[in-house]
Amino acid sequence: MAEQPGEQPYGNGPRAREAAARPAGSVGAAIRLEHLTKVYPGGAGPAVDDVSMEIGAGETVVLVGPSGCGKSTTLKMINRLIEPTSGRIRIGDEDVTGIDPVRLRRKVGYAIQASGLFPHMTVAQNVALVPRMAGWSAARTRERVEEMLGLVGLDPGEFRHRYPRQLSGGQQQRVGVARALAADPPVLLMDEPFGAVDPVTRDHLQDELLRLQRELRKTIVFVTHDFDEAIKLGDRIAVLRERSRLAQFDTPEAILTHPADAFVAGFVGSGAALKRLHLARVRDVPVADVPTAHLGDPPEAIAGLLRDGGTGAVLLLDGDRRPHTWLRRGDRPPAPPPAAPAGTPVTGTVPRDATLRDALEAVLTDPAGRVAVTGPRGEYTGVLDLATLRGTVQALLAADRAEALAHQRALRGAHGAGAGTAQEGPGGPGGAA
Amino acid sequence: MGFWEYVGSRHGQLLTDTVQHAAAVFQCMALATALGVLIGVAAYRSEWAGSLATMTTATLLTIPSLALIGLLIPVVGLGVAPTVVALTLYGLLPVVRNAIVGLRGVDPDLIDAAKGIGMSRAARLLRVELPLAWPPILTGIRVATQMLMGIAAVAAFASGPGLGNEIFRGIASLGSANALNQVLAGTLGIVVLALLFDAAYVLLGRLTISRGIRG
Ligand SMILES: Nc1ncnc2c1ncn2[C@@H]1O[C@H](COP(=O)(O)OP(=O)(O)OP(=O)(O)O)[C@@H](O)[C@H]1O
Ligand SMILES: [Mg+2]
Repeated sequence: MAEQPGEQPYGNGPRAREAAARPAGSVGAAIRLEHLTKVYPGGAGPAVDDVSMEIGAGETVVLVGPSGCGKSTTLKMINRLIEPTSGRIRIGDEDVTGIDPVRLRRKVGYAIQASGLFPHMTVAQNVALVPRMAGWSAARTRERVEEMLGLVGLDPGEFRHRYPRQLSGGQQQRVGVARALAADPPVLLMDEPFGAVDPVTRDHLQDELLRLQRELRKTIVFVTHDFDEAIKLGDRIAVLRERSRLAQFDTPEAILTHPADAFVAGFVGSGAALKRLHLARVRDVPVADVPTAHLGDPPEAIAGLLRDGGTGAVLLLDGDRRPHTWLRRGDRPPAPPPAAPAGTPVTGTVPRDATLRDALEAVLTDPAGRVAVTGPRGEYTGVLDLATLRGTVQALLAADRAEALAHQRALRGAHGAGAGTAQEGPGGPGGAA
Repeated sequence: MGFWEYVGSRHGQLLTDTVQHAAAVFQCMALATALGVLIGVAAYRSEWAGSLATMTTATLLTIPSLALIGLLIPVVGLGVAPTVVALTLYGLLPVVRNAIVGLRGVDPDLIDAAKGIGMSRAARLLRVELPLAWPPILTGIRVATQMLMGIAAVAAFASGPGLGNEIFRGIASLGSANALNQVLAGTLGIVVLALLFDAAYVLLGRLTISRGIRG
């Protein structure tokens, strides 16, 4: 976790760290939200209640939180699609709370779910809109359109003259991003831009955005309710609870390993456990043993093992000690070769280097709920079952939580309510069961 | 005299009437479209203004055309003026109603997107909302034109131009040799004109509705 001497005050996330050279276009501008509140007319209470947040230039901040917690409202107050009831917004050095919203929005790219492309305009016309409004010449605009389409991975020759309805959902999203970036705004707001595409395409688009951001270094505020997306894209993640109150505002690593309170832990919840499975390997886990026998062993011996083995199952190995067949109590012991052995042939094994995630997959798909673990040459080394896996993951998570607690104590000791962390002090994480 | 013989002998007058009929409908429709879209734009954002506009124009339509023209004569005199006023008023309703429906039907997410990328109110209206509302507006214009074709014939009652003169002359001299031919020629002319206009609208639709939203 060695940090480079940051040129960006907050650009210390993994993405910012990867950034290499300075980009050619306009780089991000810092955003400061000061005590933003929005009360909708007729609403019971404020939809967004006193949110303050500082977003560094060139940083990607992801707002995550349950549906209806005010993510979109918060985002739309930044470009004043929704006028704040009170509070101030600063972009760069400028207080933009009172300026002409049209002028503000020229500096702030905006991409939304389902792309928001205008159906009566071609791809090129859509992307050209903002540059044209900004007064660019036709030639420069045309050049820019080509450049932007290339940037988001669409061949201009093929797509320029298409209409949005002639594009797939993923392609529409790309055009939406190209349009938002066309006039080179320092700030980019994205409201669940990948919410409406299939998981594979979404993954693709996320990778693309990361690549783009490495080049462009915009200040991005990204809204999602998919925590995995937040982890993947965010330099920092703002976990919001109802009324957009900040539950935790920190790097993905910190939120994963040190959730500030039960709410955050609950939100990270299943994601963390699965993430854990990705990070741990089978070789780190104690495997169980089952009685084994060789294919050629006398049937009486195998029958004896089945009867007395305790597990009710015997794994038959072939000549190279590779798992071959599962025999269960009640299965007829194999007749001596060459007759085909009874029992269930072994269909899947996991190598010791596999992640626990892969092991879980194998265990879940195995009819008996266990899977043989193999060494480098495919030889049998043990058996993994659901109970073992669960025990392991729970132990890992418990260790994480203990570490988080210690970390928080250290934090509180170091600088009380530290900058950029939760508004509400970290409540006792005891509830995170 | 047979019908075609009659048409042959009077083709000069018939052609003049037809052209004048078409011109009256076309110009009044252009006026009604401009006014109707303006009213629609002014009214579509507000619930009550929209209802008011639709109701007023709908009420106008319930007045029999003959009565309206009769009522207009003391106000604007005889001839072209009452024709223009009456036709324009009748043409308004379908345009206003469809403009309001069309403008209200634009996806709010698209309005948000338009605002979000920094389009001014005027730019939004001209480049996003009106183009997207154009197909229903054009349908309104088409319907209105069909209606005006018939109503324009009544204008002859106030000495207005058009094929109505043939029909009125025929009705006035019922029983005479050419009475039926006159009525028939006027009516047929109107039907043919209506078909031609409709074909023109289909063409106009293909030219002005973006391929991206054409059904
Ligand atoms: N125009 C509006 N008028 C009144 N209330 C609104 C309006 N827009 C949103 N709200 C309310 O404000 C709250 C926050 O809405 P918002 O759209 O910001 O939530 P969100 O976090 O973006 O949710 P989601 O994940 O479902 O998009 C909700 O309770 C919603 O009902
Ligand atoms: Mg939302």
